Amino acid sequence: MRIVVDLTRCQAYAQCVFLAPQVFELHGEEALLYRPDVPEEQLDRVREAVVACPVRAILVGEAVDAGAE
Amino acid sequence: MPSDPREGRIVVVGASLAGLRAAEALREEGFTGPLTVVGEEHRPPYDRPPLSKQVLLGTAAPDTTGLPMRRDPDAQWRLGVRATGLDPLAKRVLLADGESLPYDRLLIATGTRARPWPHPQQAALDGVFTLRTSEDAARLAERLAAGPRRVLVIGAGFTGSEIASACRERGIEVTVAERGPGPLVGALGGTLAKLAAAMQRAHGVDLRCAVTVSALRGRDGRFVGADFSDGSRVEADLCVVALGAIRNIEWLADAGLAAGPHGIACDAGCRAVDMYGIVTDDIFVAGDIARFPHPLFDYQMLSLEHWGNAVAQAEVAAHNMVSPGPLRRPHLTVPVFWSSQFGFNIKSVGVPAFSDQVVIAQGSLAERRLVAVYGYRGRITAAVTVNMAKWLEHYQGLIESAATFPPGPGAADGQPLVTEFPIPSDVPDARGLSHGPTVALTGHLPVRRLTVVRSAG
Repeated sequence: MRIVVDLTRCQAYAQCVFLAPQVFELHGEEALLYRPDVPEEQLDRVREAVVACPVRAILVGEAVDAGAE
Repeated sequence: MPSDPREGRIVVVGASLAGLRAAEALREEGFTGPLTVVGEEHRPPYDRPPLSKQVLLGTAAPDTTGLPMRRDPDAQWRLGVRATGLDPLAKRVLLADGESLPYDRLLIATGTRARPWPHPQQAALDGVFTLRTSEDAARLAERLAAGPRRVLVIGAGFTGSEIASACRERGIEVTVAERGPGPLVGALGGTLAKLAAAMQRAHGVDLRCAVTVSALRGRDGRFVGADFSDGSRVEADLCVVALGAIRNIEWLADAGLAAGPHGIACDAGCRAVDMYGIVTDDIFVAGDIARFPHPLFDYQMLSLEHWGNAVAQAEVAAHNMVSPGPLRRPHLTVPVFWSSQFGFNIKSVGVPAFSDQVVIAQGSLAERRLVAVYGYRGRITAAVTVNMAKWLEHYQGLIESAATFPPGPGAADGQPLVTEFPIPSDVPDARGLSHGPTVALTGHLPVRRLTVVRSAG
């Protein structure tokens, strides 16, 4: 499972950092860094973060399958 | 072309952010025909912003930034093959492996590549890097992890500054060389460039402005240092060339499109314009490669290298590719981008380069958190926030409504303006910068900057 955060939308509400601190962290006061590959055991927390984000900036999905012909 | 635009064959050239989002949007809009996505890199679409941040910091592996899909675009992926030509009359895309792909409608999303160091022999020295692809990031991250004594970064645009920031965070000494008067000056103008310079120096960067690198020096094929135009030298183990981007248009040299160094001209609906200024109806463009007219900036053609623009423009292009004329939409998104470096979150809305004055509307340089508002002939055209991202939307509204510049007291948070008077925004001529600006105003006429480009090789 992969995530991408639309940092154009992100306003550093940091709900994701509270809910899934192993995946999301603030760098300084409001620059968000995150792990693009979500470990299996963090999936539920990340899904909660997706819903909790006030600006709906987190997209979760499968990466494109290279072999898809 | 089939009578129903949701049928027929669509080819997307370019398998990065814009190409993927367009492919998804085509299906969301009801496109039912065969869809092929062509990409030069072997990897499926991946996200690039983390490459100069998390990946260089060592907190994410370079091969983990694959972009999540919003939905499976049910596409045939032709990865690892370069498009080499376009025959708009026969409606075929030519590929490097000799094959050609027929299309009814084509989307060009070939983006940009890193501008290399201009001297090939010096560029080939071991330890000289550019940063654009995940492979670049993997190699550079590995060398940073090995603990070089000093890194030389050439160019203090966003990429160069983020690389310098990552190095400092890892405890590596860094020299940054910038031809212009300060870091980020092309994107943010002279006032914020002063803050950026102070920020870099406070974090121990050896920042050298108004200087060019005259030669990269090597010993036994390895990079060992560089000579500067002012006669000084630096000894370093690694060199990262961050001179901005080159648009991937060479493959279109014979296609008859208005393609030049700033990209491919298109109308507000992402339809490509040919070399006579006539709009095509079957070739669309999106992302870094597109050069489009924007009403907020006097209808000047804009070229943007922004993540958000790639997404928004891909969605508009996809919608218009499968919609009959009257249902088509314009791409009028206000440019927005972000950068994080030295612990700061820098965000911009509008086009700061389209300005003559700037005022610090909230916060201050001393507090290291602020909103700078840019004006052009008495109206607000851009705003930049440093660690005040929540205000961005407010200023976007002022830009969209062509609000008066300078913003009156109380326009934002009820406080009087921090600077009493606007000062010149000091946007330099982009030709004087080491790196290219990430937003380029390219003039009014779609064909004004037309060049037929032929690759030197």
